[in-house]
Amino acid sequence: MTDAGPANMAASEGIDFGAGQSRMELKNVSKGYGEEWEFDQVLGNLSLEVEAGMLTVVVGPSGCGKSTLVNLIAGFETPDTGTILLDGSEVTGPGKERMVVFQETALMPWQTTYENIVFGPKLRGDYQGGNLEAEAVKLIEKVGLADFKDKYPLQLSGGMQRRAELARALINEPRIMIMDEPFRGLDAMSRELMQEFFLKIFEENRRTQIFVTSEIDEAIFLADRLVVLSNKPAEVRTVIDIDLPRPRDFKMMSSPEAYRYKSEAMEILHEEAMKSFSDSASASGFMEVYAKTGD
Amino acid sequence: MTEMVQSGHDGPVVVRRSRLKKALSNVKFWRGLIAICVFLGLWEIGSRWESWFGVAFPYVGLIPAPSAVGLAATEVVTKIGYWTSWVDSFKRVFVGFMAAMILGIPFGLALAVNKYFRGIFFPPFEILRPIPPLAWVPASLIFWPTNEMSIAFVTFLGAFFTIVINVLGGARAIDVRYLRAAQSMGATQWDLFYKIILPGTLPSIFTGAAVGMGITWEVVLAAEMISGGGTQAGGGLGFFIWNSFMGGSLEQVVVGMISIGIAGYLSSSAVRALGDYFMPWRRLF
Repeated sequence: MTDAGPANMAASEGIDFGAGQSRMELKNVSKGYGEEWEFDQVLGNLSLEVEAGMLTVVVGPSGCGKSTLVNLIAGFETPDTGTILLDGSEVTGPGKERMVVFQETALMPWQTTYENIVFGPKLRGDYQGGNLEAEAVKLIEKVGLADFKDKYPLQLSGGMQRRAELARALINEPRIMIMDEPFRGLDAMSRELMQEFFLKIFEENRRTQIFVTSEIDEAIFLADRLVVLSNKPAEVRTVIDIDLPRPRDFKMMSSPEAYRYKSEAMEILHEEAMKSFSDSASASGFMEVYAKTGD
Repeated sequence: MTEMVQSGHDGPVVVRRSRLKKALSNVKFWRGLIAICVFLGLWEIGSRWESWFGVAFPYVGLIPAPSAVGLAATEVVTKIGYWTSWVDSFKRVFVGFMAAMILGIPFGLALAVNKYFRGIFFPPFEILRPIPPLAWVPASLIFWPTNEMSIAFVTFLGAFFTIVINVLGGARAIDVRYLRAAQSMGATQWDLFYKIILPGTLPSIFTGAAVGMGITWEVVLAAEMISGGGTQAGGGLGFFIWNSFMGGSLEQVVVGMISIGIAGYLSSSAVRALGDYFMPWRRLF
């Protein structure tokens, strides 16, 4: 990466990971949708600190508002209350300092891999690091798509698409990367490879990351810090520091520590998921029916 | 039939020639060719049933045999009037279709991107849209000073509504993540329009164009028959068929019908070729 300089050195010498990296803070953020009589409170008073140079993974029961959280952090939507701060200044709209890697893939189908990757810098005309084309080609090689530079997204496999999208985000040199269930929809093998690849890139310069997922194994394998959200309206239910050594290896996932982290997180997730299940079940009259049949 | 196409329209045939080798080695091509031959054979037998077996084959017996049609065609193609019919119909289709594209695409895009514009123009559009183009013929004959203009207008209507509806639907269906990704990367409203909405709508534009082109041919033919094109405007293929019918030449009617089939095929091939040209990412597989 082009801004790898000081941060990269810090990482390799084992000093403060956060040096030169950005930090995000969410203070009492809430968000809901709909009119008064059918208002749906999705996020309720959520506070969260995303430490500089850390890989913060957010997990939560399905439908708890993870995507809403991503939209707020990226600036696609604004919170009803509370503030989101990136290095102390408030987030007010979308910006290249907060790049999102979307669910499935959001590469423009009408652009080749190369065109997709240079889209942002070309649009703004603000590329600083010398020759944009050379830099893009370097990045394409790095994500292993050298032979697919001039192919269209539909010609790439699922894993290749994710790597291309990763490159498209990275070339904008964001201060924070927001990964919104980026590996969803990949088969188990590609998913594992993508996780390793993603970690390799992260561990290179430790750019601050928020990684949203609903897969607990993925979460523990990647995270420095695991944030477990509650059932809707989502709040931070608990934060678990994952003290597995880096660079990570899949073998670590069968260690007792990893197992402990997993069962700790699973217990809370299960609790929250049950709440959401019984909420929706009683809302649809399910429970009443059961009560009547005497079950 | 093939000879006719070649002598009349060199342009498209050149494109087809270059694909000829590919086609000849393709099973699908031979299957299609055999199907057409079998169809023609059955038709021939059906029409000649009476003279061969003494009993009229129901329905098909009344239609001139393909051999008779072929014979009529060789006679017809030597007449300049037949070719001017082609040119006249093509001109009308082209004018109506281009007008529909030029007005329909921006109109559809404006409906898609601006809610005030949509609020004002969509309701009247939706009331006018279900009116079949041919229902406009009497009114436009009165309204427009020449027959030619009213035919062009009705042709335009045929394609216009279809194109607008497709453009509107396509532009509204663009994945919001493309827009958001572009916004994150610093796209302005104009960037979003030119770099996301426009290319994202292209497939729908060409779908609308292909369907609109088909409707244009239908409308042109009907309008030519109704307006009796012979007086002020040139005849066109519609009038050619009508005229042959009035003159009692059923063979020529069939020649006219097949001509329209070929004309329609050439037009939609042109639309497809343009689509392939403008959307390289759509011709991958």
